[in-house]
Amino acid sequence: MRILLGATLALLAAAAMAAEVAPEQRRSGYDFASPQVRAMQDDDTANPGMLWVSGGESLWTKKAGLAALSCGDCHGDARTSMKGVAVRYPAFDATLGRPIDLEQRINLCRTEHQRAGPFGREGEDLLALTAFVANKSRGLPVAVNESPELKPFSELGDKLFHRREGQLNLSCSQCHDDNWGKRLAGNVIPQGHPTGYPVYRLEWQSLGSLQRRLHNCMTGARADPYEYGAPEMVALELYLMERARGMKIETPAVRP
Amino acid sequence: MPRVLINLPERATRGEIIEIRTLIQHPMETGYRLDGNGARIPRDIINRFACTYNGEEVFRAELFPAIAANPFIAFSTIATRSGELIFSWTGDDGQTQIESRHIIVE
Repeated sequence: MRILLGATLALLAAAAMAAEVAPEQRRSGYDFASPQVRAMQDDDTANPGMLWVSGGESLWTKKAGLAALSCGDCHGDARTSMKGVAVRYPAFDATLGRPIDLEQRINLCRTEHQRAGPFGREGEDLLALTAFVANKSRGLPVAVNESPELKPFSELGDKLFHRREGQLNLSCSQCHDDNWGKRLAGNVIPQGHPTGYPVYRLEWQSLGSLQRRLHNCMTGARADPYEYGAPEMVALELYLMERARGMKIETPAVRP
Repeated sequence: MPRVLINLPERATRGEIIEIRTLIQHPMETGYRLDGNGARIPRDIINRFACTYNGEEVFRAELFPAIAANPFIAFSTIATRSGELIFSWTGDDGQTQIESRHIIVE
């Protein structure tokens, strides 16, 4: 409790700073991880996230729904068709009139084109397919669209990132802009760039989405997290991707 | 059916030491955790892993609850002759997952 209070006071003291991370200072969570965790991520034969990627590969060719179509029937070879897709999500969906993230895009394909039921959020199948698709963009720089219709949503994300919330009255920015590199209890505070999602987190003993990570942070600040897939969650994802523009996709990343 | 990743060279020269790496998707539930209602989550782990090379056992391991989920097991053996490597993971429920890989030794 004393540690938590100390950390909170330290954060409150730094609150006046509130400056964004300068482009040349941006660092992936990978750089803050231990050499052992980095080695695990770097080697596909040891990276447990690859279990989900290989699961996604089998889902890609599996026919589903009333239309009896597989992802591959429309999109062909994922190595070419899905290359560079994850770098531009969340993307604007004209029909819905709002941005959707990669998971929602996959579920739209399922319900509209395959005419199958949507995968459950954070379920094994959706994580596997998302990891498989995002893995095809590994090494490519984040490049979300700068279209004017996305602007109000990234502004909402920006606002949510800087808004204090929860019983601890903390904003995302207070940790990830003002105090990255320092420690919160035993853990190094990263800058919060979403470049490796879905990510294999040792604490979870599993793969998880960016929204699961956001849930964790919100619960940590003792705030009531938004529902999975909520517009606020997608707006935050969009803002985080803009903030990480140009950084390289690492999916599946490994984090402590 | 759990997902499995096995990495070993497709070809090796006779007498060469080869490294074999395996990953299997498994929760490795310890049996010590409680669920949201305070009820004990039953233990469910892989307790045995073995690898045979042309019928001869070349590696075996016992696993315990302190081993993390999705266990990664790496070991080495000597490439003797071409043939089948059979990998088996046995769980608390008695179920065994079996995978095989071919190796060419010249």
